[in-house]
Amino acid sequence: MDEEMVRERDARAYEAVHDAADFKELKRRYKNFVVPWTIAFMAWYLAYVACNNWARGFMNHQVVGHVNVALIFGLLQFVSTFSIAALYGRFANRKLDPLAHGLNAKYKRERRR
Amino acid sequence: MNVLLLPLAAEPGNRTLTISLFTAVVAVTLYITWWASRQNKTAADYYAGGRSFSGGQNGLAVAGDYMSAASFLGISGQIALFGYDGFLYSIGFLVAWLVALLLVAELLRNSGRFTMADQLAFRMKQKPVRTAAATSTIVVSIFYLLAQMVGAGSLVGLLLGVKSEGVKAAVIVLVGALMIVYVTIGGMKGTTWVQIVKAVLLMAGTVVITFLVLLKFHFNISDLLGSAADKSGKGEAFLQPGLLYGKDLTGQIDFLSLGLALVLGTAGLPHILIRFYTVPDSRAARRSVQWAIGLIGVFYLMTLALGFGAAALLDTTKGSAVETSKGNVASPLLAEAVGGGAGSTGGAILLALIAAVAFATILAVVAGLTLTSASSFAHDLYANVIAKQKPTEQQELRVARFAAIGIGAVAIGLAIPAQKLNIAFLVALAFAVAASANLPALLFNLFWKRFNTSGAVWSIYGGLISAVVLVVFSPVVSGNGDKSMITDADFHWFPLSNPGIVSIPLGFLFGVLGTYLGRDRSSETRYSELSVRALTGAGAEGAAKH
Repeated sequence: MDEEMVRERDARAYEAVHDAADFKELKRRYKNFVVPWTIAFMAWYLAYVACNNWARGFMNHQVVGHVNVALIFGLLQFVSTFSIAALYGRFANRKLDPLAHGLNAKYKRERRR
Repeated sequence: MNVLLLPLAAEPGNRTLTISLFTAVVAVTLYITWWASRQNKTAADYYAGGRSFSGGQNGLAVAGDYMSAASFLGISGQIALFGYDGFLYSIGFLVAWLVALLLVAELLRNSGRFTMADQLAFRMKQKPVRTAAATSTIVVSIFYLLAQMVGAGSLVGLLLGVKSEGVKAAVIVLVGALMIVYVTIGGMKGTTWVQIVKAVLLMAGTVVITFLVLLKFHFNISDLLGSAADKSGKGEAFLQPGLLYGKDLTGQIDFLSLGLALVLGTAGLPHILIRFYTVPDSRAARRSVQWAIGLIGVFYLMTLALGFGAAALLDTTKGSAVETSKGNVASPLLAEAVGGGAGSTGGAILLALIAAVAFATILAVVAGLTLTSASSFAHDLYANVIAKQKPTEQQELRVARFAAIGIGAVAIGLAIPAQKLNIAFLVALAFAVAASANLPALLFNLFWKRFNTSGAVWSIYGGLISAVVLVVFSPVVSGNGDKSMITDADFHWFPLSNPGIVSIPLGFLFGVLGTYLGRDRSSETRYSELSVRALTGAGAEGAAKH
């Protein structure tokens, strides 16, 4: 088989996977997770940056001993980053990987046809 | 001056200890390189370490690649001097990993092979896109490389108590020569293992110092913060925002601009992106980012203890060693203090240990950067643009090795005269360029079907040029008295030191403009192929079988 034919066969296989209902579902699940969470963590981070600039009275408020709101807000950025990373990992393992696996197998089958 | 530096490793006995630990670091890394070189056969071995690293291993290597001397010494030093505001860099640096995790890492792993440009070239015209991507890869890496090498020169000079420019230049040449050896001989496999070893050393060293600092305050964080605030002479203001950033409206917008570049830059740093090619599949790429987030997050939390510990336990007043070094020696001096103080055996051992960790950190990061530039030169520019006919794998690898030598030589040549440059500025510039030039092209390519060759070329060059031009005409370069690079002229018209808030939207805007003005729609035909491949991993390059 020459290169041109291999390319055409691959392109047909990709097209077949692309048209599969499972692929549309995979795409939908990925976007439905990633878009809202990206907006959320960016807004949460920019709110923190903005508070450092423009809400100093709030940030300087002492909560426990010498620990103030600014420090807690900063530490909460760590907590949210760890949590979203864990959440995404769990979601991807359970909801994305099985679909991706099936589609991968479909691609291999289509290429052999 | 030398009197101030005497508590460092300058005393003869300590200097011997420090130098032997430095030598040990060099010996171990060279051994790893030699060992890795015997397994380098194919292009996938050289560029991507055979794609055989596990998620955990690569996570350590990503962390090792990312936690530069600037963050180890720089951030803790900034906290020691400016309190709370010194901590802000690390938050942007950490949150940025969510962009990489959610939007970039897995999709890039599935759709690319060796370089950042591979993923763009998948559905675009090879030559213009690879030339643009290679240009921005090399520019970003050189800025970052300069920062690390300038840092190495002054750090080693400081730790060994020598001030002469000649010694610093010699250190830069030595670091440059070592990184050339790692990269030409060890390739990605050797470089990755050097980074893994460095990450373990750095984490272990930081855990020990953090533990000893917290022990001094009986694990009472509020006490630690209170003592730091008292000792700094600034009171509670030391624990509040405002000592370093955002003094007036320009400063506040500048800080917002910095915040944007930090959070969007990471996912566009070429030396981070190519790390995702070293694992067998997208699942392992995901695991490696999760590991990296955990390691980097814990590390930055510990720099809080280091920074406030240094403020509480060391002399940070004007003219002190910490202050004159802009905070860079805060961590090593803190190690000495918690180890038993100057002159004690424990202090000397911990000081030498932390100095060696910092040295290993610099070596690992510069190796990663050199490899990235050399790979992009050989794989993107040479194999797909310069060479008249497709070179064989062995020819391409030979070019990569020569490119590593060339880039190393350029970096040495630039770093010696650049010794007066501000390191933080070079790092911030690298992040701004990565966020403005690389991220828009990567995201558009993955998520916007209509995006085409001229859109990619416009967004890369447009983002790159706007970031660099804005910095040239900013107060960082001229017009801010002694703080500017050029003190005897003033040609600045851009008020901010950080270009991100303007150059990042420009990068995206140029991408849109270029796409519609270019009118070419041929890239749409392979978009469905790219999205299938990126999301499912169908047809992605697997691990090399040996």
